[in-house]
Amino acid sequence: MPDSKINYLNEKKGIASWLFTLDHKRIGLLYMITVFTFFLVGGVFALLLRLELFKPGENLVPANIYNQWMTFHGAIMVFMVIIPGIPAFLGNFMLPLQIGAKDVAFPKINLLSWYCLVIGSLVALCSLFFNGVDTGWTFYTPYSIRTDNGTLWVVLGAFIIGFSSILTGLNFIVTIHKLRAKGMGFFKMPLFVWSLYSTAVIQVLATPVLAITLLLLSVERIMGVGIFDPNLGGDPVLFQHFFWFYSHPAVYIMILPAMGVISELITTFSRKTIFGYKAIAFSSIGIAVVSFFVWGHHMFVSGQSEWAGILFSILTMLVGVPTAIKVFNWVATMYQGSIKFDTPMLFANGFLFLFVIGGVTGIMLATLAFDVHVHDTYFVVAHFHYVMVGGTLMAIMGGFYYWLPKMFGKMYNESLGRITFALIFVGFNITFFPQFFLGLKGMPRRYHDYLPAYQFLNQLSTAGSWIIGLGFVLALFVILYAIFKGEKATANPWGATTLEWQTSSPPPHENFKQTPVVTGEVYEYH
Amino acid sequence: MSTTKVTSPHLPHHFDSIEQAEAASKLGMWLFLCTEVLMFGGLFVAYAIYKNMYPEIFFQGATFLDWKLGSINTVVLLVSSLTMALSIYYTQKAKSKAAIYSLWLTLCCGFIFMGIKYIEYSHKLHLGLAPGHLFSYSAEPTLQGLALYFSFYYCMTGLHGLHVLIGMILIFWVLVRAYKGHFGPSYFLPMECVGLFWHLVDLIWIYLFPILYLVE
Repeated sequence: MPDSKINYLNEKKGIASWLFTLDHKRIGLLYMITVFTFFLVGGVFALLLRLELFKPGENLVPANIYNQWMTFHGAIMVFMVIIPGIPAFLGNFMLPLQIGAKDVAFPKINLLSWYCLVIGSLVALCSLFFNGVDTGWTFYTPYSIRTDNGTLWVVLGAFIIGFSSILTGLNFIVTIHKLRAKGMGFFKMPLFVWSLYSTAVIQVLATPVLAITLLLLSVERIMGVGIFDPNLGGDPVLFQHFFWFYSHPAVYIMILPAMGVISELITTFSRKTIFGYKAIAFSSIGIAVVSFFVWGHHMFVSGQSEWAGILFSILTMLVGVPTAIKVFNWVATMYQGSIKFDTPMLFANGFLFLFVIGGVTGIMLATLAFDVHVHDTYFVVAHFHYVMVGGTLMAIMGGFYYWLPKMFGKMYNESLGRITFALIFVGFNITFFPQFFLGLKGMPRRYHDYLPAYQFLNQLSTAGSWIIGLGFVLALFVILYAIFKGEKATANPWGATTLEWQTSSPPPHENFKQTPVVTGEVYEYH
Repeated sequence: MSTTKVTSPHLPHHFDSIEQAEAASKLGMWLFLCTEVLMFGGLFVAYAIYKNMYPEIFFQGATFLDWKLGSINTVVLLVSSLTMALSIYYTQKAKSKAAIYSLWLTLCCGFIFMGIKYIEYSHKLHLGLAPGHLFSYSAEPTLQGLALYFSFYYCMTGLHGLHVLIGMILIFWVLVRAYKGHFGPSYFLPMECVGLFWHLVDLIWIYLFPILYLVE
């Protein structure tokens, strides 16, 4: 094989060369396979949940099985799909390329973190042999202590997966600090790198608190130490505080890298220098900082003090400021640009549209009085699906289409790509927009049954879920077809300016034939 | 590629220089220590809240602990931190023998600490001051909820003890490498990182000791 044909994909062969690889690109692909496998599983659970809710009453399964499906849907999507989704898959692959490095700082730790994810997930799945789990993904005490089933397995699984997240974050921070190419100052880094940096800070600082929380919960279940058990003098609300001290920043682990992807997509497909580079970069850090001070808005009705509620309400609204800064800058970037609506850009625009709805309803929920009214209703379900699915998943899909030529050296079918977007976008809105109304009308979340008055909107929602499902099945087909049968991609099919496009597609083992030296700005479009 | 770079067994392929690689490792280690602080931080916060809610339980609980054994353990860990630091100092000065002795001393201190911890634990378990629903102590005068104090005692010292054990395994690993002659004035990074970890474990005990043994 001529030297120029050798790349990270064909350089070594055999399953062992993948399972023990230290190449960040291959590890990125391992994450890709893991994350999308779990996405499929979590997605099937989602479809089943919606099917059960097609009519009032018991349709497919009894309530306790519904609760288990709901728990699996939530836990899988949160811990195994959305949290590792962008940082560990797209980030792992693109971060060293974007900063002109040969690899991440600690390749072995990088591989270890993938194994943590896999082992943690397998441990969590063991719960299936112990009557499943029905606590919801939040494991609220005291129910999670009492319920007689496999909760312990899922808790331990999430604990192990937490290490995966911590190690990835640690690796990224060190990589960004120590391995940037010559000439790449902090303000010449691509915005995706900035967003990964902010994400990594949250991963490193928040995840250990989840670790100790889940550890205490495990000890609680095994030995009954009473720290979260009101019978023994413990305080279950403390569990909620601990849990959300991690899990609220964790939602920014989910959305910040998505915002980074969107920054890349918008500037590339508008063929225009990004508007307000520094504002976008700093707003990522701003969101990361504020994220640590808003956890109490999950407990407006859990018996925390009135003053705490007011304070958390105000602090939560602060998140809207850096977020809005980003949205305005993206729109300003598109203004008078030569926009090309290729599939990634469609997903980026879908993100803008859905994320703004998710964000604005977030501000509504931050309002104390309003939240008390709709707390634990479908309004909340709709809100966070607009942010998590409409935001993060849109960005994963957009980013995947965008970087697919770089990862595999192949192009996908553009018109089919656009159809996947249309299906997912339309299906998503049909599924989740009615849930805002359901919530306002008072339909509580997490129940397997509802009053007949809610039936029409629920059926609409279920029908929408089929369209999303169809969209993702088509996307799977488009992507697999592109990988195995697609046309060859050039090194830089989009005419983008960041460093990853300067090397061949797919890149060679150490990424660049010649280590790049950065002289200009990061987004120089003329 | 035309640029030639200095090759060394300690230089990973993706770094340009040893300085860069070592700086990266140290930054990584410090970040890891941050995660440890935050993890223990959760326990300390929980402790502070319950101590505020039920101070009398904590005051009475502390009377069951032997402050003399606790003090000895504190001194033992402080000495071990000193010997750990000395082993790095001797390595820097190319005195590998002295470095190895210091590492052995550190390891011995670890054993003494765990030994004393074992004596303390077995004494309490014997009395029935066990964690969670194993708690069976009922002699007068016992406040209701005393078990909660011992839940904290076992969770905090247990997690700390686990870290001491991990630290001892790491020190042993460094010791083996020191015997193999891996370290010298130009390369002692693993020793330094293990040292950082050991100092943190020591530091956590410095906080655990007063809040568990000396509250009144």
